Amino acid sequence: MGEMLRYLALDGTSVKDWSTVMSSAYLLKLYQHMVLVRLYDKKAIALQRTGQLGTYPSHLGAEAIGIGTGAALEDHDTLIPYYRDMPVQWMRGVSMTHNLLYWGGDERGSDFPSLSGDFPFCVPIATQCTHAVGVATAMKLRHQRSAVLVNLGDGATSKGDFSESINLAGVWQLPVVFVINNNQWAISVPRKLQSAALTLIDKAKGAGIPGVSVDGNDVIAVYDSVKEALQRARRGLGATVIEMHSYRLSDHTTADDASRYRPEEELKAAWQAEPLLRLKQYLINARLWTDSKQHEWEQSCGRVIEDAVAQYHATMPQAPESAFDHLYAELPQELHQQRDALIQKAMRMEADNDG
Amino acid sequence: MSLLEAVNMALDYEMSRDPNVVVLGEDVAENGGVFRATQGLKQKFGFKRVMDTPLAEAMIGGVAVGMAAQGLRPVAEFQFQGFVFPAMEHIVCHAARLRNRTRGRLSCPLVYRAPFGGGIHAPEHHSESVEALFAHTPGLQVVIPSSPQRAYGLLLAAIRSNDPVMFFEPKRIYRTVKSSVENNGLALPLGQSFVLKAGRDITLVTWGALVVEAMQAATQMADQGIDIEVIDLASIKPIDMATILQSLRKTGRLLVVHEAVKTCGVGAELLARVAEEGMCLLKAPPVRLTGFDTVMPYAKNEAYNLISVGDIVEKSAQLMEDW
Repeated sequence: MGEMLRYLALDGTSVKDWSTVMSSAYLLKLYQHMVLVRLYDKKAIALQRTGQLGTYPSHLGAEAIGIGTGAALEDHDTLIPYYRDMPVQWMRGVSMTHNLLYWGGDERGSDFPSLSGDFPFCVPIATQCTHAVGVATAMKLRHQRSAVLVNLGDGATSKGDFSESINLAGVWQLPVVFVINNNQWAISVPRKLQSAALTLIDKAKGAGIPGVSVDGNDVIAVYDSVKEALQRARRGLGATVIEMHSYRLSDHTTADDASRYRPEEELKAAWQAEPLLRLKQYLINARLWTDSKQHEWEQSCGRVIEDAVAQYHATMPQAPESAFDHLYAELPQELHQQRDALIQKAMRMEADNDG
Repeated sequence: MSLLEAVNMALDYEMSRDPNVVVLGEDVAENGGVFRATQGLKQKFGFKRVMDTPLAEAMIGGVAVGMAAQGLRPVAEFQFQGFVFPAMEHIVCHAARLRNRTRGRLSCPLVYRAPFGGGIHAPEHHSESVEALFAHTPGLQVVIPSSPQRAYGLLLAAIRSNDPVMFFEPKRIYRTVKSSVENNGLALPLGQSFVLKAGRDITLVTWGALVVEAMQAATQMADQGIDIEVIDLASIKPIDMATILQSLRKTGRLLVVHEAVKTCGVGAELLARVAEEGMCLLKAPPVRLTGFDTVMPYAKNEAYNLISVGDIVEKSAQLMEDW
């Protein structure tokens, strides 16, 4: 596999000097965000189980990748996320309510305030890679000192869109960073059945761009590698592929049952390497954190999450005709009749429900 | 001026007018496109605005989405309509939906250009007419010019549109149909048909290269005393039903002619719409003259599948005789 960037060992001891990467206070901040999004994830699953949310893809085990990459991005950069990227969006200022709206089946979940045109979640696998190189091309043409970060899973690296995108990023020296969350499973297909390549960054070699191997459960390593790749991109030095080694501790989505295909021992071992455990241990050892602070923080996270859920529940439904209202910049004449018909139908349905 | 030259002139005009317009695709820069539609643009605007991409259609489809979301106005060329399929996912799942998905926060003001249709003895996968596939997709506009003047005006409109446009160029008449075109930057309206010839007996609706055969058939029929009104649909999506219904008020007979396969083709949509919205205007059942529901034959048998002037004359005469 070659050398993998890592700062903290599994037992929470520091194995590499990170004093130039970030301050202890900042690391603590990142840890707090990681705890928050983990608790949010738990809540979202509970909402799904009780019929208050649609199918939801847990990011359990990906907190370091999400929070670390989100922290490394600057406001003027653009994020092209995939569907498991709530933590990155959170760091980009997207509210939990927006995330709940999205997975609750409301298009306004992707209508979040954005400084730089961040894309919505991408459900079709790997297609977002091509959008990222398009955005990067626009930035390059306009001589912007900005970069694009695109996230994908290990399964996405099997698709042509990924190969075609890294190929173009190499040829045109584009300011884009591809972050692969190699969480070892693409639904039920394990990494070894996904590709015969020894590592996924071997694919970057074919595109003529550098690949970096990172412990994706180590938020310092995630932050450091992404920050460096983004800076490289902004300086006009081209693209980077980063393979974050991690593990999907959850099912693929709430519609999946990983116990059908995933060995129990493997999951147990993965929990020993998960991203929060070692960081908490480190922070406690460094006297930056205590169990009681943890308790207090979790309480305050709970309140933030409950507020978001309350806002989600209180959000007025979209008007039924909104299905037409954002289809085109200006609705074609021939669709006005269909729009009216939808309104009539909705009124009948509401009257029936009231009756 | 040829239709091809009109496409080139529109691209040139709009690139000069709007620095956000960029052209990308395989062979579009140095080579000026396989048909030369982009000839000279790289020399004038440079590689930064006329981009030769690697050979990867899915990527071309998706890159344009990323560019457009950033405020550029990309005009992406697929060398032939038959090569669009790898990019379908991007066109259908992303370009057509980005505005809707984000409730208008992001949009895709882009044009996908592709030559289409048979009649040039091209190899396999070079001769299809699949406009209906795209007309079926909410969020897209589909435009097909049939003359140099309309190619110029409609392409300007397509580039200026704030939503994605599929712009299919009938390659059979790329160089054979000529007319003078004023380079005045005036766009023609999207979503509007063009009445090419007024008539009182039959409303003939067609588009693309078949406009040539339709006009010739109309002339021949006129000799027999049958007066055909020829409408160039031009905008496949959205469809201008008003012009068709207006015409049917005079003629009461509808003939739709298209090169694409019959089943679930655009002709089926037109007949259904006329049945829904203009049944009482009809003196006769509306009819279609279309390509067969077969794979487009290779060059040697291609002519059997193409619609001739004689086919249209025969169908028109039959429509008049029967009703």
